[in-house]
Amino acid sequence: MNELDASIRIAESLSETRHEVSIDIPNPVFTLNGVSVYYGEYEAIRDVSLDIAQGEITAFIGPSGCGKSTLLRSFNRMNDLIVGARITGRLAYHGTDLYGPEVDPIEVRRRIGMVFQKPNVFPKSIYDNVAYGPRVNKTKGNLDDLVEESLTRAALWDEVKDNLKKSAYALSGGQQQRLVIARCIAVRPEVILMDEPCASLDPIATAKIEDLMHELAGDYTIVIVTHNMQQAARVSDRTAFFTAEVDDAGERHGRLIEYGPTRQLFSAPVDQRTEDYISGRFG
Amino acid sequence: MTIAAPQINEDELRRSLRQMSPRRGEAIMRAILVVAASVSILTTVGIVLSIVIPSIEFFSEVPVWDFLTGTVWTPLFANGEFGVLPLVSGTLMITAIATVVAIPLGLGAAIYLSEYASMRVRKVLKPTLEVLAGIPTVVFGFFALEFLTRVVLVRFFPSIDIFNALSAGLIMGIMIIPTVASLSEDAMSAVPSGLRDGSYALGASKRQTATDVVIPAALSGIVAAFVLGISRAIGETMIVTIAAGLEPRLSFNPLEGMQTMTSYIAAAGAGDLATGSMEYKSIFAVALLLFIITFAMNMISIRLVRRYRQVYQ
Ligand SMILES: Nc1ncnc2c1ncn2[C@@H]1O[C@H](COP(=O)(O)OP(=O)(O)O)[C@@H](O)[C@H]1O
Ligand SMILES: [Mg+2]
Repeated sequence: MNELDASIRIAESLSETRHEVSIDIPNPVFTLNGVSVYYGEYEAIRDVSLDIAQGEITAFIGPSGCGKSTLLRSFNRMNDLIVGARITGRLAYHGTDLYGPEVDPIEVRRRIGMVFQKPNVFPKSIYDNVAYGPRVNKTKGNLDDLVEESLTRAALWDEVKDNLKKSAYALSGGQQQRLVIARCIAVRPEVILMDEPCASLDPIATAKIEDLMHELAGDYTIVIVTHNMQQAARVSDRTAFFTAEVDDAGERHGRLIEYGPTRQLFSAPVDQRTEDYISGRFG
Repeated sequence: MTIAAPQINEDELRRSLRQMSPRRGEAIMRAILVVAASVSILTTVGIVLSIVIPSIEFFSEVPVWDFLTGTVWTPLFANGEFGVLPLVSGTLMITAIATVVAIPLGLGAAIYLSEYASMRVRKVLKPTLEVLAGIPTVVFGFFALEFLTRVVLVRFFPSIDIFNALSAGLIMGIMIIPTVASLSEDAMSAVPSGLRDGSYALGASKRQTATDVVIPAALSGIVAAFVLGISRAIGETMIVTIAAGLEPRLSFNPLEGMQTMTSYIAAAGAGDLATGSMEYKSIFAVALLLFIITFAMNMISIRLVRRYRQVYQ
């Protein structure tokens, strides 16, 4: 018997362990069962089953190209915008199949917000950036108050309150990313998905975003993709480790290797690959 | 064992650093390219000079103010008047009609191509649009006169002149749609996809994303496309000569025939005017005015394009 078979067997037995972990989560916001995401014929991430806990911060870690972003984008149906992208398996949001025939992706995105790797502020004023979501969603109520509240929540109000009419491009990268978070909060989502939100920021701006995430946790369910393990260890309650496995045909597919409470995953990883990754020996 | 650094013989070094051969090919290539670049610059200078010099003679006899504000253009009469306003108003009327046609249709086509059309549709549509841009303007001119005026417009406006501004303007609008659509589409495609994602992620629809994020982000490029389209319309000659007639008329009724600056130049230039005559010189005065107007339009569009390039660098 060769080593590969052995490791596959270990992985198979671990998939049972993963399942045990996911059952632990009461009232999960998301429940994934055998989710795979394809780009055309290419299966970018394969057979993921996990639950996302309400009001917690869940981190997705793993080497580049293992399908973390792909999986994250399937949570708010952003993959629908990519021609040829499709999903199999079941991805439920509070028990409702997010990909069911009656589900409108636009309604999904109003409840499940997203922050991207590069701060994608609109070429508009600071105020209009935050007001954009409420405007397109025709949110009722006082827009000024909502803008102030959202900017306060994103820890940006004090820095911009005198310059609300200024172009958002005048802000620094870290401020822009907090503006994007404020813009997201203004739609009053339940979940905020963050895809490497600090990848383009310096350490001080990164620390501010991490503080902000702690502030927001509890009120919001946050799922963050990061390939910075220290960040995952600092901010998250639970961590899922993904890696890319090569199949018989030589294609790489993202796989969920291990999922559990962050402290446990970092202190006592069950899978050898997780241990190698977090100790910096791989990826 | 250590490897010794190579011994340097200073004389030999000096020799080896010298140019081995004179690299004549380089110099010849350079000369050819300089000539190529000079031709267009010299031509432009030549055109400007050949317009300006007769114009100066013209303006020594007709005051600039009378030329710009006069309302009667009768250069061929014995005691001809040289008020350019009828030609300017003809140009503006026809350009305005063309703009009203080309901007909504061109922008609509650009939005469709950039935001809605699938890869496959875009692959067919964009080249088709460019074919439209390649149709000779004389064909458009006859289409305006023989089909649009004689077959279509006479049904709706029985009193319409056979030569009229409306038909020339409408067809000219169709002629510049590809310019407007193609350049606007370039500007919209250049908007980073991250901005679209940001909008969709906030629950915006495709239409909201196009009108509230993509168009504002591409605005200066889109305006530059408009300006370029309009300056093409101002400079267009064949369609107006064929379909709008050759009668200078200060009128705001698009159903009447009008002469534009370009069609005056074409018609007067084609006749056999005495070289030193006032009629002859008037061609250059009108050409100078046209040159200044289109030059100004092009400057505006260049500035706008430059500004929109800066945004995403
Ligand atoms: N739009 C796309 N079209 C085709 N393949 C894609 C697309 N986006 C990502 N991929 C592929 O899917 C795999 C996973 O990518 P991604 O989810 O971005 O990984 P990660 O975020 O973990 O770095 C990669 O092999 C990548 O090349
Ligand atoms: Mg990624």
